[in-house]
Amino acid sequence: MAVQRQGLDRSIGMGASKAGEATVTMPSPRKEKKPTSPWVAAALVGVSVLFLIPFLWLLAASLKTRSEVFGPEVIPHPFAWNNYSQVWRIAPVLRWFFNSVLVGALAAGSVVISSALVAFGFAYFRFRGRGVLFGLVLATMMLPGAVTMIPTFLIWDYLGWTNTQVPLWAHNLFGSAFYTFMLRQFFLTIPRDLFEAARVDGANYLQVWWRIAMPLSKPALIVVALFEFKASWTDLLRPLIYLSEEAQFTLPLGLKTLLDQFGAHGIQAWELVMAASVISTIPMLVLFFVAQRHFVEGISTTGIK
Amino acid sequence: MTTGAETGERSRSRGQRTELFWALLFLSPWLAGFLVFTAGPMIASLALSFTDYDVLNSPSWTGLENYVELFRDENVVQSLGNTFFYAALHVPLSMGIALGLASLLQRAGRRANLFRTTFYLPSITPAVAVGVLWFWLLNPQVGLVNRGLHLIGIQGPGWTTDPAWIKPGIVLMSLWGLGNTVVIYYAALRNVPKELNDAAVVDGANSWQQFRYVTIPQISGVLFFTLIVGTIAALQLFAEVYTMYFRGQASGVSDEARFYIIYLFQQAFEFFRMGFASAMAWLLFVIIMIITAIQIKLSKRWVYYEGETG
Repeated sequence: MAVQRQGLDRSIGMGASKAGEATVTMPSPRKEKKPTSPWVAAALVGVSVLFLIPFLWLLAASLKTRSEVFGPEVIPHPFAWNNYSQVWRIAPVLRWFFNSVLVGALAAGSVVISSALVAFGFAYFRFRGRGVLFGLVLATMMLPGAVTMIPTFLIWDYLGWTNTQVPLWAHNLFGSAFYTFMLRQFFLTIPRDLFEAARVDGANYLQVWWRIAMPLSKPALIVVALFEFKASWTDLLRPLIYLSEEAQFTLPLGLKTLLDQFGAHGIQAWELVMAASVISTIPMLVLFFVAQRHFVEGISTTGIK
Repeated sequence: MTTGAETGERSRSRGQRTELFWALLFLSPWLAGFLVFTAGPMIASLALSFTDYDVLNSPSWTGLENYVELFRDENVVQSLGNTFFYAALHVPLSMGIALGLASLLQRAGRRANLFRTTFYLPSITPAVAVGVLWFWLLNPQVGLVNRGLHLIGIQGPGWTTDPAWIKPGIVLMSLWGLGNTVVIYYAALRNVPKELNDAAVVDGANSWQQFRYVTIPQISGVLFFTLIVGTIAALQLFAEVYTMYFRGQASGVSDEARFYIIYLFQQAFEFFRMGFASAMAWLLFVIIMIITAIQIKLSKRWVYYEGETG
């Protein structure tokens, strides 16, 4: 117990020194802002530490030996780097990684194009029944996925596309209600004169959409792509329904399979399960840090999940 | 709709017809998708819910039998109870804590972005990884949660082993993912006009009164949005819990962790009872519509719309 305590104290101690840094820094230069109160800073640092500890614990566990995985050490001793090479050997992790990237890219790419097309239709054209149709788009956002899940499965089964990755992304070719709503809002902010001017210059509507509306909406399109990629990357239900061959798996389904094989009822090789969890988490974190601004702007403006 | 403009431009009806053609062209992906992946499947699942169907044999009509069974099947009743229990804790807790954190962020000056990033990270972690991770964080013996509680002198409960604590443990895990909501609230808080708070100060409001009578009404549209979306999502919780407690993992406690969508999934894709699962799906749909309708009705009392806010 004493050792455990020390371990936790150490990690909390690290947090406290961060708190010191945060409060010592110069007060923010904005004119009317008061300097951050030490209580606010301490609370924020404390909560941040709570949010970060699980990540650090996961990373540490993935680098421990099998007998030590759930031990109290904060820093693995010794570092079991070969957990990662072993995961690589026992499961086609690289294959799953590429599957996830491919499915995510197809899902994101198709949903961006199709939703933007539909959104432009709703934003630009004025026709009878537009309000009703757009209301229908919004209404479908409330529909729980479970209602359409089974017949959709039967459709793909009928087409012979179960056991392929097609059902994981192909529905995105038909647009998504949420992104359509979001992109329509964005298109409405573009001055209509720009479109009319292109029309006068002889462009047809498709060209107006592709050459004027799309380039001007790049930030919104990036947000849509990022969110859809994230949704696809973290999805378990669809792969679980549609995929049965290991070579087709995406990372979440692969990880779940590893968990069932090597974790609970298997050889209790939890260090490998932890390593696989890290592998499935890191790419998204990297993407997030690269595209952080877009993520945050996207959520702030749309309230998307 | 702009019927007035349309009648005024009847002379250009030919141009309008081409425009309608183009409009339909642009909408065609959604129209096709709506028919094939939404309206069609809705009708089909409603029809299937009155049948017995195991995919191999063609469906046989059974009338209301599936719906009668919904209320006889103890697992349906219990999973519904589990799901309500979870949603009733998760939704208010995550909204309240997220609002608290967002208000803290608002006072954090330049450092706010750093903390915001930290809060958001769990939201982009794959659900399966979250399930694996928290199954061990919540472990009564070796888990960090109970070790942390031990440090402050509390004997932690059996989060993953004691039937009474399974769902609270799942709620705890879910709160790790509230960063999304924090980001939304933080953005909303920054949009509250500063003059309103200044005016309240002039009128002698203390900071709690400012928060309660100025800030909350100003962001009530956003709160309402997250309430609706958050409730619908909470009622469909699946991946994290399925990872933690199903397929080989810790059996015996799984009754407490069997959430509605998990049971629906098992019925449909493990036992191939497509008809029964479709009836389950429609029951959930009706429940969601009722809850949403109630929330919309109640919102008139507390959601404040100013022009086109919200």
